[in-house]
Amino acid sequence: MVGHLLEVKDLEVKFALRFGDLTAIDGISFILDKKEKLGLVGESGAGKSVTGFSIINLISKPGYISGGSVTLDGVKLNDLTDSEMREIRGNKISMIFQDPMMTLNPVLTIATQMTETVHAHRNVSKNDAMDIALDKLKKVYIPSPEKRLFQYPHECSGGMRQRIVVAIALLTNPALIIADEPTTALDVTIQAGITDLLSELCETDDMGLILITHDLAVVSQVTEKIAVMYAGKIIETGLTEDIIKNPRHPYTQGLIGSIPGTQEMGKRLTQIKGMMPTLTDIPKGCAFHPRCDIGEQICRETTPLLESVDGEKRLIACHIAGV
Amino acid sequence: MEKNNGLLTIKNLTKHFDISGGLLDQLSFSNGKISRKRTVVKAVNDVSFSIQPGETLSVVGESGCGKSTLARTVLGLYPPNSGEIYYRGDRIDTLSSKEMLPYRAKMQMIFQDPYASLNPRMTVARTLEEPVVFHNKSISNDEVQKKVEDVMEQVGVDPKWVDRYPHEFSGGQRQRISIARALMVDPEFVVADEPVSALDVSIQAQILNLMMDAQEKRGLTYLFITHDLSVVKHISTRVAVMYLGTLCELATVRELFDSRRHPYTKALLSAIPILGERKPKHIKLKGEVPTPINLPPGCIFHGRCEYVNDRCKEEKPKIRVLDSGAQVACHAVEEGRI
Repeated sequence: MVGHLLEVKDLEVKFALRFGDLTAIDGISFILDKKEKLGLVGESGAGKSVTGFSIINLISKPGYISGGSVTLDGVKLNDLTDSEMREIRGNKISMIFQDPMMTLNPVLTIATQMTETVHAHRNVSKNDAMDIALDKLKKVYIPSPEKRLFQYPHECSGGMRQRIVVAIALLTNPALIIADEPTTALDVTIQAGITDLLSELCETDDMGLILITHDLAVVSQVTEKIAVMYAGKIIETGLTEDIIKNPRHPYTQGLIGSIPGTQEMGKRLTQIKGMMPTLTDIPKGCAFHPRCDIGEQICRETTPLLESVDGEKRLIACHIAGV
Repeated sequence: MEKNNGLLTIKNLTKHFDISGGLLDQLSFSNGKISRKRTVVKAVNDVSFSIQPGETLSVVGESGCGKSTLARTVLGLYPPNSGEIYYRGDRIDTLSSKEMLPYRAKMQMIFQDPYASLNPRMTVARTLEEPVVFHNKSISNDEVQKKVEDVMEQVGVDPKWVDRYPHEFSGGQRQRISIARALMVDPEFVVADEPVSALDVSIQAQILNLMMDAQEKRGLTYLFITHDLSVVKHISTRVAVMYLGTLCELATVRELFDSRRHPYTKALLSAIPILGERKPKHIKLKGEVPTPINLPPGCIFHGRCEYVNDRCKEEKPKIRVLDSGAQVACHAVEEGRI
């Protein structure tokens, strides 16, 4: 177990409901090293965010992790007690959420929110905590941080708020940052600034990054690896460049084809028919087969496994494209 | 700009919102004097353009730049503070709401959030019937039924679902129903305010295809409001770039993406993430968008522009039409500094 920062193995998350258990995450595995950036891509309902939450063991009831393991730096997180897990959360793994206005407390100053986090994880004096906070604000390029510290979230713009959220995530020098749609609520000009910042921080601070997003274009600019999720499973994973240039799974192909701008202007976009199934009725066999153009009999019956193709660093779960 | 050469022409359109509240909120006490101050959000300032029949004119800009206000003002949902709106040469901003009715049937709107724009207590049938019956009181029931069926088929929603309620549909299906509602009265001009922003990429592609098909079949003219520049690049004929309520640049989509001129357009377009292109160099703008309450004097972009000079700080740049037909409001472009 040397080397890997994070190893997720056969992770399975279920939600216990009245009429039985719903499988939200169905056996996903991936590995992340230091300084490495992984993009978790998929449409709403694919299970991207649940994956993020289950890594830090923050699945709220009725959800629970029903199988598999998450190993961080050689420590198996599943075996930890609640208080031990609390140590890991924040200290080693930080999470950034989509909407910075929801993440920050509107009635506390930025200084209060930041020092609160420092005090929760480290035994330092008030002044030291303030210094740490100031230092991190500088790191995320907040102009005049001394002034910003004593302002409230509503006094900052959306981009500024998201930078503050990133600064809070950095307070404890985490080894891994999970960013759940960090730029979805932001304008493009601001989005570009935040994605640049995240990539830079991974490099300078030796962090790993899991970027959860539905935007393939953003992922392709930031990450080295991509895992495409569909209905709770990873259906294709590999190096970002390879996947973007040469997607193999029909869903990935459809997803890339759907992005306006990849094709000639004014032409019809390639569309995937239908929509993502809900968790209550995931089709038998390959979950994608009702929307797939190349599906055959076997796709309706057996679920394809995630297998490597041509010995590449690429894994895909498809009966047809996999061979 | 001739007033009757386009389907819809707006001239020097301005829309301000007074947010100063009641009289007591407006009063302030300073230097021993009581003064009354009004706070006005200058959402749209002096915007002029003309939309040609059959084209898709996209308005892009960051949040808060006034693009949605512009769309609503054009339709008459907000009365403009000043300026003129012409529809096929007829001035419509001065009409009474009764006189406006025949124009309303020709101009329809599609909203961003299909969860909020459909009445949850109305079935699809009622949602779709309402505008037809409202605009054509003499239409028979059978004709309405027939029309509902036709339009539902066109937008790809199975007509046997007419008796269902919005909550029984997914986001993409709901957006199809909103589009169907707009198409029910056979409009000529459709304003689409961020119609695909709330949808997943694969669904987004379906809706964009649907809108392009409808345009082809019915000869629709779109005013398309969005912040998503890759969508703009795909569907527009011409693009208008707005910043802080002001038009910066208006050009055909090809010209805008190939040879943009305004410094703000350059920065905006350089920030679009492009699939498979690692680490593109995007132009970093200094500072932030100023508030539309206190607009900066001179060129509204001067505080963040790298080509700024003294003239920019004092004199408002006027829209100038270049040889190529593109319209740019920038002193630097005019003086040949860019």
